[in-house]
Amino acid sequence: MNPVLEVKNLGIDFGGLTAVNNLDMEIYPNEIVGLIGPNGAGKTTVFNMLTKVYNPTRGQMYLDGTDIEKMNTVEVNKAGVARTFQNIRLFSKLSVIDNVKVGMNNHFEYSLFDMIFHTRKRNENERLIEEKALDLLKIFNLHELKDVEASALPYGAQRRLEIARALATNPKVLLLDEPAAGMNPQETEDLMNTIRFVRDQFNIAILLIEHDMSLVMNICERIYVLNYGTLLAKGSPDDIKNDEKVVKAYLGD
Amino acid sequence: MKNIFKNLFSKKNLSRTISFLMVTLAYILIEVMMNTVGMSRLFKSLLVPTCCYIILALSLNLVVGISGELSLGHAGFMAIGAFTAVIVSGLTLTTVTNDILRLIISVAAGSIVAGIFGFIISVPVLKLSGDYLAIVTLAFGQIIKSLITNIYLGIDSKGLQMSFVTNTLNLEGGKMLLSGPMGATDTAKISNFTSGFVMILITLFVIYSMINSKYGRAIMSARDNRIAAESIGISITRTKTLAFVVSSILAGMAGALYALNYSTLQPAKFDFNTSILALVYVVFGGLGNINGTIISTTILYILPELLRSLQDYRMLIYAIVLIVVMQLTNSAKVKNYLEKLNKKFFRKGAAE
Repeated sequence: MNPVLEVKNLGIDFGGLTAVNNLDMEIYPNEIVGLIGPNGAGKTTVFNMLTKVYNPTRGQMYLDGTDIEKMNTVEVNKAGVARTFQNIRLFSKLSVIDNVKVGMNNHFEYSLFDMIFHTRKRNENERLIEEKALDLLKIFNLHELKDVEASALPYGAQRRLEIARALATNPKVLLLDEPAAGMNPQETEDLMNTIRFVRDQFNIAILLIEHDMSLVMNICERIYVLNYGTLLAKGSPDDIKNDEKVVKAYLGD
Repeated sequence: MKNIFKNLFSKKNLSRTISFLMVTLAYILIEVMMNTVGMSRLFKSLLVPTCCYIILALSLNLVVGISGELSLGHAGFMAIGAFTAVIVSGLTLTTVTNDILRLIISVAAGSIVAGIFGFIISVPVLKLSGDYLAIVTLAFGQIIKSLITNIYLGIDSKGLQMSFVTNTLNLEGGKMLLSGPMGATDTAKISNFTSGFVMILITLFVIYSMINSKYGRAIMSARDNRIAAESIGISITRTKTLAFVVSSILAGMAGALYALNYSTLQPAKFDFNTSILALVYVVFGGLGNINGTIISTTILYILPELLRSLQDYRMLIYAIVLIVVMQLTNSAKVKNYLEKLNKKFFRKGAAE
């Protein structure tokens, strides 16, 4: 099987500092993969390169065989990579449902003419957008809060809304940056189930950065460990748990 | 029927319903007043300009409040709309004898030309953001005003003639359409309060259609978080350009309406002060708040005129009112109090 996301020899320098170097990674369809490592290891930098927020200094990136290295952030998303952010970035003044609706912008077409004259095409598209947005909100148990301003949501709900918004863009690969940060054990448990459900329901691959080891070891089928910007280890959760280098650098005894 | 009613007053559509109701009621009230008890000449003379400034402020709110970019040159687009409309109206004076039709043609031309300029200017402007963008729009506003101040345009049997900086036109009969700093003279007054009212409705309709569409959501998402918007496939430049151009079109419409209400109009009218005035109306009414903009523009435009009898003190009072209201609306205490009132009111409404 061909990987849906493939990264070869990826690296980035900031001035004289090499933040990530020599990274090779493959994500296969329908997989949940973890990206772990100590603070400052370059995990979020990898996400920022994959979504072209940063331009990699070296290396190649392919999505389903297409080169995404030359694309910009918008094009990468259109190609099928969606993400969430470590420091939540919602559209704070928009309602919960509008946050999700705006994610579908590239999948429902109607012109400015349709918009001004409220044509049937516009109304039909808006109805479908509303329907699909509500379906997504239901998965994340946010539908009862749909008209609330996003900034008024509690922390855990904001994290879930970010995932819903990313999913609205219909991605092939979903990148989650610390989805369980700040959640209590019950919320984390629910989140795990939701992530699995989303993977099965939407048939997508998920790459996630997380410090909560119970979550990572529980739902990830494979794990990559980064340390000082280079790959320290990769393998199944059991391999990683027993890897001496990983235990020393990150997990602790 | 009950459903339509419920829909109109749902949380989502309430602001829109209030806008249209408020404007329509104000129009009916003023029309009734004019036809029964009458109205002072001063007040009557303020009607059309008030409509113009409401449209101008609403259009600016689209850029400042909804798209989140500070523009300090909006009077420039108003000027383009104004003088285009004057020229078109002058050119079609004999061919289109129906005043209403000529008004529609002139206003449409003014809006479109302002929109074209808005697009051209948006290319360099939207490469910037924040303070830099504001300063560049300021510069463009000044350039437009200076350009119009130096154009001499006339028409006679030989057709359209134009000169720049100095008036070298030698018209055989015919008439001047634009005479440099003197601007337009002898314009036929064809706009009136009703046309102003209709144009406010059109403006409201355009803005609300936009907000409740995929285009509006894209614009607001780019305002709230650039990086997140790009990460879900929203092109920042495209959405900001759209907001800027639509805003220019509406500002052009405001200008056209304004110009056709006076027999003479000088380019100096559309200077930096007018841009700032519009910005004051928007900030005073609340960024992105459409009903607030309508109310604040009405009050702030009419207030100085009503204070005219106080002569030198009027601008002082105007300034004090501005400071007090801005302070009050930004104070947490007052905000909390208003919120409490709001809750009380709505809970009552729900219990009924």
